[in-house]
Amino acid sequence: MNFKGRDIISVRDFSKSDLLYILKIAKEMEKEKPKLLDGKILATLFFEPSTRTRLSFESAMFRLGGKVLGFSDEKVTSVKKGETVWDTIKMAECYSDVIVIRSPVEGSARLAAEAASIPVINGGDGANQHPTQMLLDLYTIQKIKKKIEGLKIGFLGDLKYGRTVNSLAIALSFWKVEMYFIAPDALQMPEHYIKELREKGIKCHKTSDVFEVSQKLDILYVTRIQQERFPDPLEYEKYKNAYRLDITLLDHIKKDLKIMHPLPRVGEINAELDDTEHAVYFEQAANGVAVRKALLALVLGEEK
Amino acid sequence: MKERRIPAIKDGTVIDHLPSRDTFRIIRILNPQEFKHPINLALNLNSKKIGSKGVIKIDSRFLTQSEVNKIAILAPNATVSIIKNYKTTEKIQVKLPEELVGVLNCTNPVCITSKEVIISKFKVLREKPLEVKCHYCERVYGKDEVEIKGK
Repeated sequence: MNFKGRDIISVRDFSKSDLLYILKIAKEMEKEKPKLLDGKILATLFFEPSTRTRLSFESAMFRLGGKVLGFSDEKVTSVKKGETVWDTIKMAECYSDVIVIRSPVEGSARLAAEAASIPVINGGDGANQHPTQMLLDLYTIQKIKKKIEGLKIGFLGDLKYGRTVNSLAIALSFWKVEMYFIAPDALQMPEHYIKELREKGIKCHKTSDVFEVSQKLDILYVTRIQQERFPDPLEYEKYKNAYRLDITLLDHIKKDLKIMHPLPRVGEINAELDDTEHAVYFEQAANGVAVRKALLALVLGEEK
Repeated sequence: MKERRIPAIKDGTVIDHLPSRDTFRIIRILNPQEFKHPINLALNLNSKKIGSKGVIKIDSRFLTQSEVNKIAILAPNATVSIIKNYKTTEKIQVKLPEELVGVLNCTNPVCITSKEVIISKFKVLREKPLEVKCHYCERVYGKDEVEIKGK
């Protein structure tokens, strides 16, 4: 399989064999490869705040021997003066070998990929796509459960605006899994996703009560209620405390349930769960480095 | 003899088999204010094919492919006839292309197409009922949600 020169923009761009190949290379990238991308430069163009995505991409590049340039605040760029994404990318491609872009504007990564002659990786475009998060989630599930097929996976929280949940559900639909969507009605998984998943033969269940289904789950994927995605602040206030998982959850779950979260969390998982064997969210974040190392190496054609 | 509800045209285009409820929307997207010759329109005619239909007759004007594509978005069963000297010289069954380029606006306010000057692109996911997806923000729209570009 050849990923050289490919853009990583949307979960829709991948086949199952693409995903399996990326997971395989990510496993290999857990080993040290300090010279693999020697002489290569990554441009990180971050038009909105990010902790994990930017730092783990930078860490991935440094660990492979490459260098990084970029910005993490559009106020310090010419975009502030009105420069377009298109022009910003045409400039960045002159200075680098691969670009990671994050923007609150949906579709900007797709546009960046059309503008650039070098590979572009989407580090998140608004509520649309966040493919590298989806890949590290998939990698984490496979790593901790040793399989994906047959798992019962619960998604809890903001399923309406949560791009990670939407993308992960679509990616998981390549496998025979069962999905439980746990959210208040107003934040439930959009109907068109449920329809698409059911058309692919995925059993989908919807509920607003986590304890109603928690006993069945192998994975509970929790997400933050994202203030920044709510068009109406009053609406956010209504739902921000919808779910608060704490130690009482342990009486209602299987012994080997694993709790995932794309982070940051703002209270939906109490810290008292962190030290239990169920919590894998920090390991999940750490897996981001191996997955992003794999993606950088793959799109630069240097994975071997 | 069949009653003729709208007078025949010598040269021009006849658009038939439009759903009655969408006929006004269709005439609007063709920018009739820019046409210099008469346009006749009839609504709520009986149709074996679609029940209640509308017909538009445009004098001295032949529709372009891009105009025909716009009609296909709202009226997948429409037929477009080119009339020359009172005779039908060509009958075009409208057909949606796989991709609609520069035809629709994405109404997502945070889509890049609302921020920068870009030619819009939509993938047709389904023709009946219509479902299209913005190439950039990936938002999916149904027939009643799409916004068709004016000129």
